[in-house]
Amino acid sequence: MSAIIRGAGAATALSTFNPVDSKKLAAPSRTNLPARSKRYIVAGSDASKSFGSGLRVRHSQKLIANAVATKADTSVTTGTGHELLLYEALQEGLEEEMDRDPHVCVMGEDVGHYGGSYKVTKGLADKFGDLRVLDTPICENAFTGMGIGAAMTGLRPVIEGMNMGFLLLAFNQISNNCGMLHYTSGGQFTIPVVIRGPGGVGRQLGAEHSQRLESYFQSIPGIQMVACSTPYNAKGLMKAAIRSENPVILFEHVLLYNLKEKIPDEEYICNLEEAEMVRPGEHITILTYSRMRYHVMQAAKTLVNKGYDPEVIDIRSLKPFDLYTIGNSVKKTHRVLIVEECMRTGGIGASLTAAINENFHDYLDAPVMCLSSQDVPTPYAGTLEEWTVVQPAQIVTAVEQLCQ
Amino acid sequence: MALSRLSSRSNILLQPFAAASPAALRRQISTDTSPLTVETSVPFTSHLCEAPSRAVETSSKELLSFFHDMTLMRRMEIAADSLYKAKLIRGFCHLYDGQEAVAIGMEAAITKKDAIITSYRDHCTFLGRGGGLFEAFSELMGRKTGCSNGKGGSMHFYKKDASFYGGHGIVGAQAPLGCGLAFAQKYSKDEAVTFTLYGDGAANQGQLFEALNIAALWDLPAVLVCENNHYGMGTAEWRSAKSPAYFKRGDYVPGLKVDGMDALAVKQACKFAKEHALKNGPIILEMDTYRYHGHSMSDPGSTYRTRDEISGVRQVRDPIDRVRKLIISHDIATEKELKDMEKEVRKEVDAAVAQAKESPIPESSELFTNIYVKGFGSESFGADRKELRATLP
Repeated sequence: MSAIIRGAGAATALSTFNPVDSKKLAAPSRTNLPARSKRYIVAGSDASKSFGSGLRVRHSQKLIANAVATKADTSVTTGTGHELLLYEALQEGLEEEMDRDPHVCVMGEDVGHYGGSYKVTKGLADKFGDLRVLDTPICENAFTGMGIGAAMTGLRPVIEGMNMGFLLLAFNQISNNCGMLHYTSGGQFTIPVVIRGPGGVGRQLGAEHSQRLESYFQSIPGIQMVACSTPYNAKGLMKAAIRSENPVILFEHVLLYNLKEKIPDEEYICNLEEAEMVRPGEHITILTYSRMRYHVMQAAKTLVNKGYDPEVIDIRSLKPFDLYTIGNSVKKTHRVLIVEECMRTGGIGASLTAAINENFHDYLDAPVMCLSSQDVPTPYAGTLEEWTVVQPAQIVTAVEQLCQ
Repeated sequence: MALSRLSSRSNILLQPFAAASPAALRRQISTDTSPLTVETSVPFTSHLCEAPSRAVETSSKELLSFFHDMTLMRRMEIAADSLYKAKLIRGFCHLYDGQEAVAIGMEAAITKKDAIITSYRDHCTFLGRGGGLFEAFSELMGRKTGCSNGKGGSMHFYKKDASFYGGHGIVGAQAPLGCGLAFAQKYSKDEAVTFTLYGDGAANQGQLFEALNIAALWDLPAVLVCENNHYGMGTAEWRSAKSPAYFKRGDYVPGLKVDGMDALAVKQACKFAKEHALKNGPIILEMDTYRYHGHSMSDPGSTYRTRDEISGVRQVRDPIDRVRKLIISHDIATEKELKDMEKEVRKEVDAAVAQAKESPIPESSELFTNIYVKGFGSESFGADRKELRATLP
């Protein structure tokens, strides 16, 4: 992308880098936390990923300006936020956008009367009718193409893949028609679709239902990819994706649907291309997204106890990468660890490693390390499945290695 | 009028009888919109519906416009052929000559609100929708002034204001898109229909049946038109399809088989199909047509069929000749006038080609434009954050 080419130019201008500061390693300080830090209780349905600390530092100030200002102005504790689960947050975002714009419609398998296989579209068919919440037959290629054709005329369909893996059947439509029509028509047609669905490794779902499609889609020019990880950014990203004029693929994760969090009552939107600073730190930058964020945060607890100060960034935007946030972090810590659920070969981590090496090579003290899932089909047996994805213990070991 | 009925084809005889200058005679004829009824070459074959009548209402003006437009299309395709051989057009170039009647007849039956989407053999469909010769040639030669700014090429012609949705390279991929267009028309209550064109090769694609099922299930105003030119690139129809009755393949969807070389039959069928689709949901039209060129310019077109077959069809079923004979037999214009028209068309096409040859190529910055749409939430920024972020609406 042209953005990266420009970035490379900027990076080569400076070449100073700090050697490892051993004194910093010894002092487990939390002084990097900004004054305004809120801690949200995230209760997971599974103990292994129950830790979540959402530090709301990095939103675009403009986007939340109203929310914060209103709170300060009124100084009344109405609207302190409401607690909900991630799938309810997605539903809320979707419903708000459907209320706001009559062109928004939903199509997918069992999204209407059934309420959605993960309940994201529950209640919407009753409210908006069968034409706006469309139950399609099982033909991913056709209904994805249908959504794209409808988008060419100005509708804004939200296409749901019951499981992201099923969208492989619609790859032609997503790649050639969704991604490229804006370009090949010389800008005449915009394709404001949102393609969303759960993916990732679940609980013994088997190889074909545990796919991570972000690695397959990342090369398609013309689309944007985002991955949500908390109820807050799920709602925000859903709204932003629907409002965007570009085709956006929103990756959700099967295991994150029951995360609980308190989100603001006011309307808010997250920026599609922005990464989220989960935990600022000094020693190492850990880049992650989706479910691995929780494994990383769990490892961070252990790391802090051991005296490390990791900076955790949820990259959120898988295409394009937020090289600004990532770059600033690399310039600060000089070490990068990428933790992802994709396969190692050709995954998001692989591209991110390349991008960081190209743009920030002079700032790195150690090679970029990438922890990904094993390059195997996901087995059914529980223990084997656990070993295919990155576990917190491995993250701790990797950080210790990198910080040596 | 009675006088003109008596006259023969000879120009000399015409003049003293008409007692008017040839120019006045021509003007009088070409603006005549009084109805004329012509019978189609063959009756329609139908499946699960009642075939429309063979008698088609037309007018002199319409027939002349058919002749002019089809000649324009034919000339354009021939010119594209020479440009390709001169290496000014590269890549794939799929020519439509022989099939012009389908594009022309369809246009005569519908409005610009009805959408058309087709495959890669789209040059003439683009012209039919109101596209210009200059834009077409520029796009073929990859110039900035092309209809897709030179970035689409032969297979990606689009014209949004005329509801022409392209122009698609992957065989059959336009079928679900077409259903999406029909869905949007139903959603917005447009009272318009979508014509989704595909070929006999694409008729074997699974996504077509998926799209048919969806269209029939939700009563979408979709007309699926199979342009059956009997060859899927190099594979003849009988070698690729168990059942070559493409109009029956919809099973529960009604179908109509039409002589695709007869522009009037196409017009009648499309009119019928539009009325049907608006009331009863999808319908399939199979246009029995023929392409003179090979599948594309890389295909000589004669390894899987004989030259005799091609010239045979050209002699007996050529769409332009059919209209020419109609015009002459109804004394709407003389042969000379038609030849003059052809010469005019040829000049027009040559002028457009010359103008397009002079057009500039796109600038290198165009490589990165139109990948994303600029707007809220879609501005991407690099490491130096030089680009402005969009503001919340």
